[in-house]
Amino acid sequence: MPRTRTAGLLCVTLFAAFGAWAFLSGARVEARRVADKRAEGLAAWEQVYTVLTHPRCINCHTATNYPQQGDERRRHFANVVRGPDGRGVPALNCAGCHQKANADSTGVPGGPDWHLAPLSMRWQDENDRPLPSAAVCQQVTDPKRNGQMSAQALLKHNAEAELVLWAWEPGRRPDGSERATPPLTHAEFVAATRRWVEAGTPCPSVK
Amino acid sequence: MAKYQLNVNGERREVSVDPSTPLLWVLREDLKMTGTKFGCGVSACGACTVHVAGVATRSCVLPVALLGERPVVTIEAMANDPVGRAVQDAWVERDVVQCGYCQSGQIMSAVALLKQTPKPSDVNIDESLGGNLCRCATYVRIREAVHLAAQKLK
Repeated sequence: MPRTRTAGLLCVTLFAAFGAWAFLSGARVEARRVADKRAEGLAAWEQVYTVLTHPRCINCHTATNYPQQGDERRRHFANVVRGPDGRGVPALNCAGCHQKANADSTGVPGGPDWHLAPLSMRWQDENDRPLPSAAVCQQVTDPKRNGQMSAQALLKHNAEAELVLWAWEPGRRPDGSERATPPLTHAEFVAATRRWVEAGTPCPSVK
Repeated sequence: MAKYQLNVNGERREVSVDPSTPLLWVLREDLKMTGTKFGCGVSACGACTVHVAGVATRSCVLPVALLGERPVVTIEAMANDPVGRAVQDAWVERDVVQCGYCQSGQIMSAVALLKQTPKPSDVNIDESLGGNLCRCATYVRIREAVHLAAQKLK
């Protein structure tokens, strides 16, 4: 009888130990999976960030009263100002020069509803320096500042919005040379956005 | 070469030009409407300003192929426009013009401003006409004349 009880206790103990081991292992595996997914998402975000801070994108995501132009991101010429809705002011609207398509013969870029991003979507500081990756990520993922876009809406925006697509077909400069495009192809940009979204749109820590 | 049917100052005009031709040169060379001036050719000075579908537009950088069906209004039609007439009268009353080269563009921008902002502030005027350069520096008189035109239009 004592021998049977001892064996029983041993079985229960072994079972409990195995259970604890299995639980802890599972938790550890899950924690690693979550960490790996976040790391993959952050890596994808950094790719997205290289596009957002390219001049073709960031020149119209200013924190100031004016857009920028050129790869050196100089202030837009002709005293152009933001205006109340980001489309300039009467007699000096964006649409007064920027048509619905690039004007390659005159070197003026164009796309549908050419305008500045609202100040809530600024990706620069007031000294025209690009904001850090963490700050841009927080803006892009904050519905109060991103136009109430969900993660899926962000993906759709990056994949389909006409002014986003323009960045990869920016036309010719007045001297006839082709404008530079972002460091990723549009397909790579969308793929990186998708990986970031599927990872839960993680953002880097603020340093 | 391609044929385009344009609506200029309410009239249908047909031109046969290269699609890349800026509207400015269609107006000046093909339609012989020389009131619109060539200044810089890169939309930096405003001398070539016309109205395209009501929007003050730099005609020197607008290829005619991108104009579409939009109507064009030039300085030649301003005398028949109530706001345009008021601006021109104010220009005369304040003796704005010095050499005059930039003034058709200045007037086209002033009219576009007053049609959207009937009582402009100094800031409104400075911002809206900030892209219209005047080598004679008649800016102070331009601002006075825009205010005067706004008063006359009340």
